[in-house]
Amino acid sequence: MYSCLVLAPFLGVIILNLPFRAIMRKAAFWLCLLILSAQICLALFPAALSRLCGINALGSFLQFDFTADSLTRLLLLCIGIVLFAVLFVQRYIAKEEARFFNFVSMLLLTLAGMNGAVMVRDIFSLYVFLEITAVGSFILIAFNDDADSFEGSFKYMVLSMVATVLMLASIALLLVVSGDTSFSALRSAIQSSPNKVLIDIALAIFLCACFIKAGLMPFHGWLPDVYSSAPASVSVLLAGIVTKTVGVYTLMRIVGSVFGFGGPIKNILLVVGALSVVLAAFAALGQNNFKRMLAYSSISQVGYIILGLGCGTALGAAGAMFHLFNHAMFKSLLFVNSAAVEHETGTRDMGKLSGLAQRMPLTGVTSILASLSAAGVPPLAGFWSKLLIIIALWMAGLHSYAVIAVLASILTLAYLLTMQRSVFFGELKGDLARVKESGFCMALPAVILAAITVGVGIAFPFVINIFISSVSGV
Amino acid sequence: MQIDIAILLALVSAALWSVMTRSLLRSAIGLAFTSVILTIIMFRMGSPLAAVFELSVCAGLISVLFVSTISLTHPLTAREVLQHMRERLARFWLLPVILIAVGIILCLVTIKPVIPLPPPEPIKDVRVMLWDIRKTDLLGQVIVLLTGVFGVVILFKERVKK
Repeated sequence: MYSCLVLAPFLGVIILNLPFRAIMRKAAFWLCLLILSAQICLALFPAALSRLCGINALGSFLQFDFTADSLTRLLLLCIGIVLFAVLFVQRYIAKEEARFFNFVSMLLLTLAGMNGAVMVRDIFSLYVFLEITAVGSFILIAFNDDADSFEGSFKYMVLSMVATVLMLASIALLLVVSGDTSFSALRSAIQSSPNKVLIDIALAIFLCACFIKAGLMPFHGWLPDVYSSAPASVSVLLAGIVTKTVGVYTLMRIVGSVFGFGGPIKNILLVVGALSVVLAAFAALGQNNFKRMLAYSSISQVGYIILGLGCGTALGAAGAMFHLFNHAMFKSLLFVNSAAVEHETGTRDMGKLSGLAQRMPLTGVTSILASLSAAGVPPLAGFWSKLLIIIALWMAGLHSYAVIAVLASILTLAYLLTMQRSVFFGELKGDLARVKESGFCMALPAVILAAITVGVGIAFPFVINIFISSVSGV
Repeated sequence: MQIDIAILLALVSAALWSVMTRSLLRSAIGLAFTSVILTIIMFRMGSPLAAVFELSVCAGLISVLFVSTISLTHPLTAREVLQHMRERLARFWLLPVILIAVGIILCLVTIKPVIPLPPPEPIKDVRVMLWDIRKTDLLGQVIVLLTGVFGVVILFKERVKK
């Protein structure tokens, strides 16, 4: 059944590029929307959908090694929602139908890559699907065809290649140890192998690769440049889900399913997580570019996820997964807001913006909700996930890390409120008087993402079981 | 044995071509050829899994990345190419000498693996390896090729328009 989530976008691109392209160009948006809606439904109601549509029969015919546990379904849901937002943002900002059509085709291929990466249980297959996502991302970053986007794409390509080489080296070492590449075979081989040094080297190399792909400190050099130079919709895609899938999810899955949360891994995760949380928050404070500030904020928030994982407890892992979901939602929302502001005002420089909430009330309100959720203000979703991570750190006896997490949360509030004040509050500048609220296609994803951020926070007692059950995946 | 020698000669020729050719694109294609020939050698030496991985990574993914990257760059002028080749020969002439010397030393010294390796894989047909055992990778390969080709086409189209 889950094979359809890779095959549908792949076949969708082929169908879109068949003859009758004039008709297909008009159908591209709706086909992509249909595929994404089906993915969201499948992630939320897997059993019901398979009974309804008889997808199981199709799945048994197309037997690929794709499986989905609770963690995978959580990621599939995030991918579906974020790409839904990306699709609408691009529809709003695209100037030509042909360019939008090409964008949708690349988006579908990237979707196939991400879906495959979260559903495989073989380290080499994981690498192949991560490469699909990476190649799709290079092209999408360079989509504007200007010097800035080429530079961003090139930086991402080079750093991604370094991570790829490290990942391949690690896979080669693991292949020497086990002779197989499936997660289960690797795990049993690692437990029984006498080559502990080789396994530790493979683990260290793989962790570095994941840290580069996730943009964690001190491997973050590429991330602010890429996020700020990419087209607005691609920034939503990268910040919302790509780095989470290729970096954070891969790390969660490989550490959880293959290496296990041993002593040194926990310490490495805790140190890297704490460094990212604090240093990126300070770096965000000093930014004047809207998107660069959000990029640093993204590094800091991913640091929280890594801190949660570093606890090595079920509660910490649940907190990490909950924060991964929340971060995908509120960071996508903030980048949608930045796309709206950039599109309407033509600038990302916060020094040139002021009082926009008067002209763009919806963008202003949703931006405040996302900022408060990111800072961990109750009762929004971000508060609960940060609380879980901090409690998990405290209960695991990691009191200093818990204090760091609390203090960094205040820093988050400081830089996000500074951003809100300089962009949305204060007196409206004269040259911004003609600015108007963005259209339906930009407003819809903003409203949906804001509703999820508020709704999940209020309904926390009902949704928390989803994230606790996800822990069984790792 | 004669077939193996012929394949090895083809491997060296393809590798030399990819290093010596003036065009970056031809160089990338030469590298893909080298990988394909290396895959055949690995299959013949009884290591089908490594062969499939070599085929996937080097002939598939790396070639896609090289071609995509090259499509983003401006081609060099004939003069620049000539200058680049002269500089390269001056800079790297020692490399083949070192390589041959290391090869001779390795032939003379017997090396025993210090790492206990897993037992050798049973030899499988290439079709079984690709279609039965690694078909998820194969699907991934097809998608990554499509992504690379489609991306290059899109970027070229935009450039031509501009």
